[in-house]
Amino acid sequence: MIQVDGLVKRFAAVTALDGVSFTADDGRITGLLGPNGAGKSTCLRVLYTVLKPDQGTAYIGGHDIGNAPLSVRREIGVLPHSAGLYPHLTSRENIAYYGQLHGLEPEPLQRRINELTHLLELQDIIDRRSKGFSQGQRTKVALARALVHAPRHLLLDEPSNGLDVMATRSLRMLLGRLRDEGHCIIFSSHIMGEVASLCDDLVIIAAGRVAVQGTPAELTAQASGSDLEELFIDAVTAVTL
Amino acid sequence: MRSSISIVLGKEIVDNFRDRRTLFSALVFGPLFGPLLFATLITIMLNQAIERLDESLELPVIGAERAPNLIKFLAQHDIDATAGPESSEQARLWVAEGREDLVLVIPEGYAEEISEGNPGRLILVMDQSNNRAGRTVSRVRSVLRGYADKLATLRAAARGIHPFVFRPLTLDTDDVSTPSGRSVLILGMMTYFLLFAMLMGGLYLAIDTTAGERERNSLEPLLTLPVSRGELLFGKLGATVFYMLVSLALTLTAFAIAIQFVPLERLGMTASLSPVVIVQGFLILAPFALLGAALMTVVASFTKSYKEAQSYLTVVLLVPTLPIIFASLFQVKTSLTLMWVPSLSQHLLITNLIQAEPVQMGYWAVSTVSTLVLGALASMLAVWLYRRERILG
Repeated sequence: MIQVDGLVKRFAAVTALDGVSFTADDGRITGLLGPNGAGKSTCLRVLYTVLKPDQGTAYIGGHDIGNAPLSVRREIGVLPHSAGLYPHLTSRENIAYYGQLHGLEPEPLQRRINELTHLLELQDIIDRRSKGFSQGQRTKVALARALVHAPRHLLLDEPSNGLDVMATRSLRMLLGRLRDEGHCIIFSSHIMGEVASLCDDLVIIAAGRVAVQGTPAELTAQASGSDLEELFIDAVTAVTL
Repeated sequence: MRSSISIVLGKEIVDNFRDRRTLFSALVFGPLFGPLLFATLITIMLNQAIERLDESLELPVIGAERAPNLIKFLAQHDIDATAGPESSEQARLWVAEGREDLVLVIPEGYAEEISEGNPGRLILVMDQSNNRAGRTVSRVRSVLRGYADKLATLRAAARGIHPFVFRPLTLDTDDVSTPSGRSVLILGMMTYFLLFAMLMGGLYLAIDTTAGERERNSLEPLLTLPVSRGELLFGKLGATVFYMLVSLALTLTAFAIAIQFVPLERLGMTASLSPVVIVQGFLILAPFALLGAALMTVVASFTKSYKEAQSYLTVVLLVPTLPIIFASLFQVKTSLTLMWVPSLSQHLLITNLIQAEPVQMGYWAVSTVSTLVLGALASMLAVWLYRRERILG
């Protein structure tokens, strides 16, 4: 479970997060939705502990991001906005490097990589050096890398970026499966349709604040007749004005 | 379970071994370029310095038939007159073009003037700006002066005057410089090439630690792993030091081979770098690797891109020259106080080593400890910089 409690983050004069609070439960996919520059990435970066909040905190699997960042990092798998691979290493080596740093022993590690290869359909690129991979291939390997230690919590920043229709579909199926296995998944997106069809909970962020949150059904009911997109635009304009 | 530092170290060594750029700069560029340039330059310098002194010289002369005694005197001093150009105009042209270093012109009235007891006029056509000819010119000049002294003595004797009348002073110079002492500058170059090759070996890894990872977008996911930034940085620093030491070992070996083709023994220096000397040289220079690696990493962490890092780091490559230039300018001798200064201490110790003077263990210990302490401080600074949020760019 991820509990976010009043996060504030400022960069010089800009306030990127202005008191963000929400909860993401286990066995559910929580979608972080918002226009460009709303603070989605900053929020995730604070959660995966590469940025420190100015105020507020968050608990991931019970660990405080402020004073136990190493315990938090053991609990999470992360796919940052643009996740780079090491071009001189093969996909397998890229994934193994992260597995080793998570403390996996060689044998279980190779077993896990074979599992992920199958799951993410990496067979034709698993033993190729990642130099010259397409955006989609890179994202798939980076996703495998994030999943190598079978983390309880997944933080994905716009994972469907650059993926084709087929790959997006298998990503959705994979996330659905992980949810059913009881994982807690937060993923950000600016595409309304994608979030609505996949997420169990929605958190709409605008101008560094949570504008609206709830299940897609609740939010559609609130929107009284109009669709989710309408609600999104209304919520965002209300906060920004 | 393997420690995080050794995992990072191992990955960086393999990763960079597959990178042609790192491999070229660590294993080819430094080790080949330095020794080759060194051997070539030294050979040219030595040849210029030594050859002209004892070998016989050919001097083109116009009008040799007018002064047979002078020509004989020159021949006694290993200067052989050869047929010169046809006219003094042509002689000027040849010297100006560098076809000849100098030409001696004996004008028409020379014989008459000499026989009448007047000053005989000689013209030396030369080019002051031609460095190569400098030694030849001064050698010919001094032989001609000797001939003039001889004539003066003869003329004085003919008039019943004691030759000492024209020689109120006898000036002897006593040069105490040793051939190896004169070669300090040459040796300074060698230390610098070694330090340069070592830094080149780690250059791309140091950039990769921050600017490279950032540019590839691999830094952010790396920082989400349950590994402290100190461990990440020390692993990367270790790999940088590893490549620097490999580069140093290769460069020393290349020097040992190259130096066999340099006529160093003519300066009275050890002509060969024995395996023992190479190992000693390695032990003297190795501590500098940590300091160099940490400094390059610190500088690279301030930059935004690979290109920017590259241009700043070329400045770092020049830093170790400063103490060496200082040492060459002021001709400093090895002393315990100077052992506290990295790069200078290594330079002085290497110089001693190559001149086959004993290297004092105490000096080596001080040099090693002070360089390692500074290296540790620079590494801590690098870790501190790596912990800042701004490292993400």
